[in-house]
Amino acid sequence: MMASSYNAKEEDGHHSGSSTHGGTGAAKNKKPDNTAFKQQRLPAWQPILTAGTVLPAFFVIGLLFIPIGIGLYVTSNNIKEYEIDYTGVEPNTPCYDCANSFTWNSTTSCVCTVNFTLVQPFESNVYMYYGLSNFYQNHRRYVKSRDDSQLNGVQSSLTNPSKECEPYRTNPETKLPIAPCGAIANSLFNDTLELYYNHPDGNMTKVNLVKKGIAWYTDKHVKFRNPGNEKDNFTERFKGTAKPVNWMKPVYELDPLDPENNGFINEDFIVWMRTAALPTFRKLYRIIQKKPDSAPTLPSGRYFLNVTYNYPVRSFDGRKRMILSTISWMGGKNPFLGIAYITVGSICFFLGVVLLIIHHKYDTRSNSADIPN
Amino acid sequence: MKFGGDEGRVHSRTIYVGHKSCPPNEAYIPPKFCDNRIVSSKYTVWNFLPKNLFEQFRRIANFYFLIIFLVQVIVDTPTSPVTSGLPLFFVITVTAVKQGYEDWLRHKADREVNEYRVSVLEDGRRIRKMSAKIKVGDIVEVEEDETFPCDLILLQSSRDDGTCFVTTASLDGESNHKTHYTVADLESDLQYLSSTIECEQPQPDLYKFVGRMHIYRNSQEPDVRSLGPENLLLKGANLKNTQKICGVAVYTGMETKMALNYQGKSQKRSAVEKSINAFLLVYLFILVSKALVCTTLKYVWQGKHDEPWYNEKTQKEKDTNQYLKMFTDFLSFMVLFNFIIPVSMYVTVEMQKFLGSFFITWDKDFFDPEIQEGALVNTSDLNEELGQVEYIFTDKTGTLTQNNMEFIECCIDGFQYKHGDGSSELDGFCVTDGPVNKIQQKAGREREELFLRALCLCHTVQIKESTMHRQDQIDQIDQIGQIDQVDGLGVDHEFLHPPQKEMGFIASSPDEIALVKGAMRYGFTFLGLESKNMKILNRNKDVETYELLHVLNFDPVRRRMSVMVRSKTGDILLFCKGADSSMFPQVRQEEVERIRMHVERNATEGYRTLCVAYKHLNAQEYARADADLREARLALQDREEKLMAVYNRVETDMILIGATAVEDQLQDEAAQTMEALQGAGMKVWVLTGDKMETAKSTCYACGLFKKNTELLELTLRTLEDGGRSREERLHDLLLEYHKKAVQDAPPVKLGITRSWSVAGHDYGFIIDGASLSMVLSSSSEPNSRRYKNLFLQICQNCTAVLCCRMAPLQKAQIVKLVKNSKGNPITLSVGDGANDVSMILEAHVGIGIKGKEGRQAVKNSDYAIPKLKHLKKLLLAHGHLYYVRIAHLVQYFFYKNLCFILPQFLYQFFCGYSQQPLYDAAYLTMYNICFTSMPILAYSLLEQHICIEVLLEHSTLYRNIAKNAMLRWKLFLYWTALGIFHGLVFFFGVRFLFSNPALQDNGQVFGNWSYGTIVFTVLVFTVTLKLALDTRHWTWINHFVIWGSLAFYVFFSFFWGGIIWPFLKHQRLYFVFANMLSSVSAWLVIILLILLSLLPEILLVVLRKPRGPHARQKKSSAGDPQSPQSSARPLLTRTFSDESNTVI
Repeated sequence: MMASSYNAKEEDGHHSGSSTHGGTGAAKNKKPDNTAFKQQRLPAWQPILTAGTVLPAFFVIGLLFIPIGIGLYVTSNNIKEYEIDYTGVEPNTPCYDCANSFTWNSTTSCVCTVNFTLVQPFESNVYMYYGLSNFYQNHRRYVKSRDDSQLNGVQSSLTNPSKECEPYRTNPETKLPIAPCGAIANSLFNDTLELYYNHPDGNMTKVNLVKKGIAWYTDKHVKFRNPGNEKDNFTERFKGTAKPVNWMKPVYELDPLDPENNGFINEDFIVWMRTAALPTFRKLYRIIQKKPDSAPTLPSGRYFLNVTYNYPVRSFDGRKRMILSTISWMGGKNPFLGIAYITVGSICFFLGVVLLIIHHKYDTRSNSADIPN
Repeated sequence: MKFGGDEGRVHSRTIYVGHKSCPPNEAYIPPKFCDNRIVSSKYTVWNFLPKNLFEQFRRIANFYFLIIFLVQVIVDTPTSPVTSGLPLFFVITVTAVKQGYEDWLRHKADREVNEYRVSVLEDGRRIRKMSAKIKVGDIVEVEEDETFPCDLILLQSSRDDGTCFVTTASLDGESNHKTHYTVADLESDLQYLSSTIECEQPQPDLYKFVGRMHIYRNSQEPDVRSLGPENLLLKGANLKNTQKICGVAVYTGMETKMALNYQGKSQKRSAVEKSINAFLLVYLFILVSKALVCTTLKYVWQGKHDEPWYNEKTQKEKDTNQYLKMFTDFLSFMVLFNFIIPVSMYVTVEMQKFLGSFFITWDKDFFDPEIQEGALVNTSDLNEELGQVEYIFTDKTGTLTQNNMEFIECCIDGFQYKHGDGSSELDGFCVTDGPVNKIQQKAGREREELFLRALCLCHTVQIKESTMHRQDQIDQIDQIGQIDQVDGLGVDHEFLHPPQKEMGFIASSPDEIALVKGAMRYGFTFLGLESKNMKILNRNKDVETYELLHVLNFDPVRRRMSVMVRSKTGDILLFCKGADSSMFPQVRQEEVERIRMHVERNATEGYRTLCVAYKHLNAQEYARADADLREARLALQDREEKLMAVYNRVETDMILIGATAVEDQLQDEAAQTMEALQGAGMKVWVLTGDKMETAKSTCYACGLFKKNTELLELTLRTLEDGGRSREERLHDLLLEYHKKAVQDAPPVKLGITRSWSVAGHDYGFIIDGASLSMVLSSSSEPNSRRYKNLFLQICQNCTAVLCCRMAPLQKAQIVKLVKNSKGNPITLSVGDGANDVSMILEAHVGIGIKGKEGRQAVKNSDYAIPKLKHLKKLLLAHGHLYYVRIAHLVQYFFYKNLCFILPQFLYQFFCGYSQQPLYDAAYLTMYNICFTSMPILAYSLLEQHICIEVLLEHSTLYRNIAKNAMLRWKLFLYWTALGIFHGLVFFFGVRFLFSNPALQDNGQVFGNWSYGTIVFTVLVFTVTLKLALDTRHWTWINHFVIWGSLAFYVFFSFFWGGIIWPFLKHQRLYFVFANMLSSVSAWLVIILLILLSLLPEILLVVLRKPRGPHARQKKSSAGDPQSPQSSARPLLTRTFSDESNTVI
């Protein structure tokens, strides 16, 4: 045994292995195994994309995508959507005063009423969204400013929230930990929207807004949990914590009437905590269930939107919107998918035709070219 | 004392044999030398971690990733340090474990060697010692079959004649026995030996050693003996055929020649690696500019939106210095986008090369049943370079030819003797009518016998004694049969007497064996060398004895060797044999012309010729020569030069007696291989030390020169024509040839070169060593550069170039010249002997042939193959495939990371340049490690876009990938454009979808993590399917890996989002993937975007088809019928050689 047999290798360990193999393997005169793998003769499927194989695919894609696209486009167009901006930027809009008179520490809330007309009745379930513009919920500092373990009801995180929540981690005066901590929770959307239908006969009916079923099931039931013992009351369970600085009431009073929708598992709160992807976004606010009879959920006519104006957006040039929308199997109204499908389908079809022509031309040309060669 | 002046020199060391002061009365100061501990390991337990880490982070890539990691740890960055730390940790750990394991093996081997027990003689007693404890000056005893523990000077051998036999298989791979000699006239009892050895400082050349020994006897002036390599026993060699020897240690431990020889070779880098580095710079530039753009925009944007009420800065952020913040923001962006230069690419490339090289060793086509060996891969770094070769430099002897020598004929005094087919002639002589018109005449019997004696005496051949006295007869015969076959150590059963049947010949060159065997046919048998006496059996079955006085060894510069012998009658004779060019000037001119004709005729027939001469020395002449030789041998400085001078002085005024012709057969399929390589667009240059005529005929036989090849000769012969000075003539010739080959030649298009055999304007260039050195080192500098250029241009326009009479260094010079010429073509050297090592090391790729001339070439090569014919498959199939694989791997890697990171970059424009990552950390980390790494690795190991048979059959396919065709900037731009296109499609496709984030049928909305997950899903599917589209060779492994990684991605996403992970701070992906899949719109958009991304790709594949390889295959197979015919012409050496005479 020679010391050198390992010495001979390259300095760099990366490359030395093969020499070991070759050196020892070959020296012991082992004839290489005649296996398919080692001889690079594994049976293989060798597809060759030719115009012949691709052309039908192009046509099939084209023929498949165009109907899908049309279907999507029609579906999207059938979705009824009504959007109203109630920010109050223009002087003669209803919420102008509320928007201007906003102060952080006012105790009374400003209410404004926006009226609008639905030209067409909304059938089936109607979903009410609030939309915000120029609101960077996807800013990095904002996105990470939360403590998922606190929201999951972990006691230690309740009283000692994550550092990521800074500067919304503890109350600057009382030094108590904030629950729920962080910038996201602190900036919870807190306008209250109420919808009234103005019957043609002059009666006003409040439209029943359902506030459950707006958050992801798994978020509501697994990801978000209230701390402490189920039997204790909420004040007890959140004892020793402070409310987020911008909130008017503590987290356990978000929905005092319904313990299943209170505290961290309040659905408005959960929806808000799912940060939006883009600076202009909408979030589901309420659901208007369709009526048991065949009457439209929202008949056409005049409506009043009662806004309790708590949420300031003018400071960052933001906008607030209320959106009423029906929903199809593909979600909310978005013509993009339909148009995209139709476009891609058409391109495929068109290319298929072009290729067919080229294919035919080339075939004849190549045949003639082969002869003199 | 003479050596007094030498003592202070650093060039030599003095060794006191047996640690005794010498001369005895002088004070003995033990000199300091290193001990005999061999340390081949690099690490110890204590320094492993720091040293290994240091070594690893010296690699620029690892260092870069370390910096990124540190930035992530120190600065508040968008992604956690884990994302880059984990892959880096993985890479570092795997490498460290591998290196640690290798080092452990080295430790084990070291320990075994160091703790080996050896016998040391101290004060006349034998002491068992650990090998590591041997000191310089110790007298070591070694028994048969043991390995020498250090470099020893042989003092005493158990054999009577003061020799011992060793094998050096572990040093240079030569398995034949070599003889080493004891220092002459020593005391028989080493205990009383009192002497010093003066020798050079350790140096790595295994075959060089100079030293002298001063022996002090009873207050006389010390005797001086010269020491040469024949006295030195190298560590690592094995003692054979000798019961035991004693030697004094001169070099120990790390100073032994073996240890000095195992320093790593300089690393060769492949062209692909250079391309990778260039691409990396581009991507680094992209990375930095992306980060700069984002940083700038961030501060522009922040002017308006600095701190909305809902998203206040922390106190710390407010406090930090503005410029520092800008800098850390820049770093953060760098970190966010750093995935564009992935760690995993290096890992994958390394893995691909390492694993890929196994296919070469596994290839059974490279297995040679004769030597029972397959191909050998010494480095896996250059696999792809095999697909890029433009110039092949090949040795002739042993590479193009088999180095299997057979004595064909000889000429004595101008009369030709040719050995007949059988021994029907009584005396074994048969005279054929050659061009000499003295038909049926013979030289005088005396001359014949003198010539044959010369053949029998003038060599360094040894008789291989049967090494197994103790074994039975059958074994011996078996062994002989094997030797005959395997080593080519010929045993001629016909002519040997039965008791000598087990005799074999051992020699450094097969020519000598052929000559000795040739002489045997004519009745003169060499019986061996016994204590300086050479015995030969003459025709009359009498044993003649000659005392061997001196051997003037062969060297490539002198190109001849001589022996001095004293016959029984006391005559002192010098026999000399050598190449004609080196012999003719040294002999009396009257003989020359007669012999020259024969030599030249033989040479054109492709035989190796040697001239034999002799000379009588009278007593004074001998005495003078003897004294000169001894003096030169004792010289410590410039011994070589001094010896050479003496040799040249002695070897003059000799009488030429004859010449021999030895045939060296062509390698199997040499011609086909050469044709294939030329068809593949490679230029083949033959670099040989052989004569021009011999080499030329070999070139004809190999088909390198064709019938209609016009040969341009630039040799001493052509230079001396015309009677002007060589310099002028050189100038004229170069210009003339340049005009012919370069200016007048029609511009060569790659596509048509195949038809050159028809075109007729086909040039071959021949240059010899002397002319080359004139070209390379012309007297004036501007001329020299001009000549070099002319020379290169001529050569580049010739289909084949033959350089003959090359010294090893000149071979390397030529390689270097071409390597550094315009366009930096990739060169490949192939050779089998020690004289090819320099060019093997110089060329981009060095190929060693496992031939007969030892293992020097194999050891220094990058790849070694048993036969020349294997070169074809190695280059055309393996090289081609490796290149295509790795080129695709590199392009694909950059592409997939570009379209991975581009959406992340674009997202910055929508999130206020806040470094918000688009993808979750798990995805960022796993993308390159798990989701997309395996398919490309499998592709890069298994892809055969054209199957091997087709590649071998159509050598022109090799031209498609010439000049790094798949890594050109144009293609790189294409891939980059594709990456950008895909990135844009992914991002904006989803962006438009999210203009209404209510994507579920229950009206609920998706957030930013859903956005990222959709983009990521499209990304993973698209890049994997893109690879699937490129895959032309779907084995089950490809299927498994491609569909497997997609399935794994889906599975992992479910799993990762299915659990609230207690160790995570953020449960960002909780049920995001599942929710995404519950949305029809998400499905639709994913399908749409994947299809849209792949659409141009499919379109391109279809449109490119008409010019694709498929069509070419059809075309070339249609055009082929003529070409095989031309190649299949019978390769008759004679006809070619006749043509070669007429062409010039």
